[in-house]
Amino acid sequence: MKSPKVVTSAAAAAVALSLGLSACGGSDDSGDGGGSAKFDAGSTAVVNASDKKGGVLKYAQPDDFDSLDPANMYYAYALNFSRVYSRGLMTYASKPGTAGAEIVPDLAEAKGVVGEGGKTVTYTLKQGVKYEDGSQIKAADVKYAVARTFDRGVLRNGPSYFTQLLDADGYKGPFKDKNLDNFKGVDTPDERTVVFKLKKPFSEFDQVVGFAGQTNPLPQAKDKGERYGLHPFSSGPYKFEGDYQPKKGGVLVRNEHWDQATDPNRKQLPDRIEIQSALKAEEIDNRLISGSVHVDLPGSGVQAAARQQILTQPKLKDSADNPLAGFHWYLPINTEVIPNVECRKAIVWATDRSALFRAYGGEVGGEPATSIQPPTVAGREKGTDFYTKADANYTGDPAKAKEALAACGQPNGFSTKMVFRSDRPKEKLAAEAMKQALERVGIKIELAGYPSGTYTNEQFGSPAWTKKEKVGLGTYGWAPDWSTGYGYLQPITDQDAIVDTGNSNTSVLKDAEVNKKWDEVVSIQDPAARAKIYNEIDQRVREQAAIIPNVYAKSLLFRPSTLANVYLHAGFGMYNYATLGVTG
Amino acid sequence: MGAVGLLLIISAVTFGIFFLVPKAAGVTSDDLAARFAGKTPDAATLEAIKDRFALDEPVPVQYGKYIKSIVAGDTYDTGVETIDCPAPCLGYSFRTNQPVFDEIVDRAPVTFMIAIGAAVLWLLAGITIGVVSALRRGSVIDRVSMGIALAGVSLPVFFTGLLSLAFVVHRWQLLPEVNYRGFSDNPFSLLLPWICLAFLYAALYARLTRAGMLETMNEDYIRTARAKGLPERTVVVKHGLRATLTPIMTVFGLDFGLLLGGAIITERTFSLPGIGQLALDGIYQSDLPVVLGATMVVALFVVLANLIVDILYGVVDPRVRHS
Amino acid sequence: MGDKRVARGRRPELVDDAPGGAASAPPSSFVEVRDLRIHFPTDDGIVKSVDGLSFALERGRTLGIVGESGSGKSVTSLGILGLHNRRNARVSGEIWVGGTDIVGADPETVRKLRGRTMSMIFQDPLSSMHPFYTVGKQIVEAYRVHNDVSKQVARKHAIDMLGRVGIPNPAKRVDDYPHQFSGGMRQRAMIAMALSCDPELLIADEPTTALDVTVQAQILDLLRDLQQEFNSAIIMITHDLGVVAELSDDILVMYGGRAVEYASVDDAFHRPLHPYTWGLLGSMPRLDRERTARLNPIKGSPPSLINVPQGCAFNPRCAFRDLNDGRSETERPELVELEPGHQAACHLPLDKRRELWESEIRPKL
Repeated sequence: MKSPKVVTSAAAAAVALSLGLSACGGSDDSGDGGGSAKFDAGSTAVVNASDKKGGVLKYAQPDDFDSLDPANMYYAYALNFSRVYSRGLMTYASKPGTAGAEIVPDLAEAKGVVGEGGKTVTYTLKQGVKYEDGSQIKAADVKYAVARTFDRGVLRNGPSYFTQLLDADGYKGPFKDKNLDNFKGVDTPDERTVVFKLKKPFSEFDQVVGFAGQTNPLPQAKDKGERYGLHPFSSGPYKFEGDYQPKKGGVLVRNEHWDQATDPNRKQLPDRIEIQSALKAEEIDNRLISGSVHVDLPGSGVQAAARQQILTQPKLKDSADNPLAGFHWYLPINTEVIPNVECRKAIVWATDRSALFRAYGGEVGGEPATSIQPPTVAGREKGTDFYTKADANYTGDPAKAKEALAACGQPNGFSTKMVFRSDRPKEKLAAEAMKQALERVGIKIELAGYPSGTYTNEQFGSPAWTKKEKVGLGTYGWAPDWSTGYGYLQPITDQDAIVDTGNSNTSVLKDAEVNKKWDEVVSIQDPAARAKIYNEIDQRVREQAAIIPNVYAKSLLFRPSTLANVYLHAGFGMYNYATLGVTG
Repeated sequence: MGAVGLLLIISAVTFGIFFLVPKAAGVTSDDLAARFAGKTPDAATLEAIKDRFALDEPVPVQYGKYIKSIVAGDTYDTGVETIDCPAPCLGYSFRTNQPVFDEIVDRAPVTFMIAIGAAVLWLLAGITIGVVSALRRGSVIDRVSMGIALAGVSLPVFFTGLLSLAFVVHRWQLLPEVNYRGFSDNPFSLLLPWICLAFLYAALYARLTRAGMLETMNEDYIRTARAKGLPERTVVVKHGLRATLTPIMTVFGLDFGLLLGGAIITERTFSLPGIGQLALDGIYQSDLPVVLGATMVVALFVVLANLIVDILYGVVDPRVRHS
Repeated sequence: MGDKRVARGRRPELVDDAPGGAASAPPSSFVEVRDLRIHFPTDDGIVKSVDGLSFALERGRTLGIVGESGSGKSVTSLGILGLHNRRNARVSGEIWVGGTDIVGADPETVRKLRGRTMSMIFQDPLSSMHPFYTVGKQIVEAYRVHNDVSKQVARKHAIDMLGRVGIPNPAKRVDDYPHQFSGGMRQRAMIAMALSCDPELLIADEPTTALDVTVQAQILDLLRDLQQEFNSAIIMITHDLGVVAELSDDILVMYGGRAVEYASVDDAFHRPLHPYTWGLLGSMPRLDRERTARLNPIKGSPPSLINVPQGCAFNPRCAFRDLNDGRSETERPELVELEPGHQAACHLPLDKRRELWESEIRPKL
């Protein structure tokens, strides 16, 4: 993960090609469930299916949303929750299993229609879609929604894909430039048609539109700028009752103007939805188990104490799921600091995968990784191991490592620095395991921990800093914006993705072959053809020993027995919030 | 006047800590801006954020603006409209875009309720235990209560709080879950936080009271009071305790003032949305206006508490009044 | 000093030195102390602050108890008021005050006597009065605890008392705090408080030590006048023989927790029979003497009260220790009546003492 606030944004294969997901072959619409669910049942199927209306659904979170403005959020759980009160042109399908990772039409009638050689994408709005005050949703409102994402000072939390992709250079956003006609990135030929104009073709535009809420329409008159997130104008099944109070919470009630007929991806079951913020994580776990809170909003799993309790008590364990969370804890090797590939290979060969596997929690914490892309990514292939083995018992091959060191011209080893997040015990353990394993072949590691609040921006996320401090490797984890190879691999391997602060390409990889593939792939419209290239890039990066695969993260989620329609959503890596209900 | 000067100094120091210390540690304004951005921020986003929060302005200029807005008020641009922020304007949160002043006012009742409830408990318990221990010095009661007091002083709220939440609330369900409900809705919704916080302080105050009473009860005027034939209760309460309470009042003033500025650990342990949580979140999230505002409020309460203690001192001790 | 003719008081019968004392006859005097022992157990051993003390006192008369600090005089006075904490002091013997044995009575009975039947003036009125209450309130409190009257009545009484002890403008000063009074006025206020319930026994512990000479005289005059008015018995505790000479009828000289001489003032000043008393007289400041010559202190330091040596407690400091036949080192001298109403505890032959007094001591005074 790049930043502590992006909790999980997982994904799964849109197409059922994935070898790694053989265990997740649950039927798309399993109507069974109903109370007597078993451990991990919610990872693949609907648990406690029910269309019973009424009740109060209670969410709790230890921190708070980055914002409730759908265009100004990046937390996966916030994006998940935003579907409760807001709709966009496209969204993830509300289905268990791999089908959930697919981007499907929401307000749009169909997927984007590509034109002008890939430089336009056109969507048509459904008939009869309305806001919470009963007024019609219009194409111009979508244009306005996209336009406001250009003001990065006001909507600073959200993704910046539209500013990068749309042909609207120099546009400052509707707050500084009040005339919306000056925004040329979107055209609205009539009330129901939205045409995006791209600088150059981008083959995964549906994903860009669907993974986040930046096309969720709002009338210009309803915009409150920075403060819109305190009371977003609803287009979904629920609307806010009064303002949301940051770090305290808020209440949503049914939106009578939402029409189930236009929306297959959401349900309107509970009477009320209550959010309590700033509740300590341990306390949330306690209340989940006692049933007074239904959902732990961040969806990243329970804390250590509850984990212990749940895994040791069969009754509680049956109410828990242990899904792949959609991200991969891997170890980037800085190619700028250790430029010789043989030296990097030596590190990979010497790595004790068994110790790392245990550091990240063993069976419940994850599974050993082969490819960089986790199994939840659409079209991902398992791939072959390079200089290591994806095996929970593999402790490394010091002899091979020595050979590589000799080839590198450093037969007696060398010294480098490894960084980790000091407030994350797992990463500290992993760093210590690396130090121990590498010392076997004479590679001396100096460990340095930094707070997670600044780690991904100012230390490991700053190429200048890692170069200056000679940081050869570090702990890292990554969740994609959307679950394709592009979403997963491009930010962490493309030279163009390198930024000065908050850099995600932490290997500082500047590989010509990889760069070339990234330039080409955006024009290819066939998903399967793109997936093939993504897998090639995945392999190339490992061949270059720029990333040591480690474990695909699994989380431990708890679902109280009164929570209905619970299932793991592949697109968000946590339960799907748009369809939940409460029973009893 | 001294209080105003103190607040100025405190705000200046807070500014300095926020801007200059990270700068000394090599944090650039880009780094700072990145903390307010989403994932993988592009250069344009960082530039816009720096511009929005004036992160590149010289620190003295920012400080000047801050002080000015407290005195004269300010305006705030949400993008679509300009909102008036009347004096004392403590600015708008970088994170929630709420006026910091409103946030503090909104959270004050929680903190006040924690502080007042706990203070009542700890004063009652601490002073009673202290007096009894002093009068029965060396007895079993004294030893047991001083032993508990020692434990209390060394048991932080996050420890007693988490234990009591885990067992009293969730395991044995003796008390309901702790949620702030407002005093009028449920005067005892914060009973558990009160007890945990009071436990810590009661221990301290029991020790203070005991030491004070042991000293006071050896004073000549206590002997005089007994020589007058006063009942022992009157001697202890009216003559002994009265004199012992004066120094305790000073300590209490400071403790209570600090608590009013946010019972940070208690609020955090019990997830109560008070001023302390606000300040803590502000620090975690580099939310300068919130950090500044909360710091100023803490400082203000401490200064006020000191002032009140000084005044009360005059009321309680006539020697101070007449000098 | 000898110009005051005083009638002799009754002395109590000498009581056997045995601890505890045998079951005794009811007292014939207003105050009667019999074989009083006040011991304090400490980690280092038992501190025998008072160890076998007996005396008697009638109403209207004054007894001066004289001794150095640590001689047990203040401990005795607190003992009479029953102010020793039973947990750290062992009190035995008898203290009869107006028919009640303070030692044997239950604490509540003694409390009710305190302040009404017997009251006390302390040495340092600044520290002995509560700093947080007005003088008036403190007198009112003392009065109301024994008299069921309204606050208004008690306040009038307090003003009255302040006036009687010579405080000018009492109706205004009644609302002042102790620290607002001068030293002398404060002592008057203290006396007013002590006298507020017309006590039959007044104990004054160094009532004038903290005051300058003029004020001292005023206070002593005041006490004398008040005694006549109330007909109280007074026990005057002091290390200053001058004060005793001024006010007392009888004198009890204490050393090391015991009485070494017990006599009328006349006898004690003109025919003292104990070397320690001689020493005290020698060290007494006198107005008619040159300042440089007037102090002639007793050499050495007061005895330890923990490991009391055998023999005479004063022996190590006694200027005439060579003159006894060694008994003073091994045998403790008992208090014996040597002349009618004059007791002393010393092994030196009586004639020798009389001779020493007349030839060696008296001329130097």
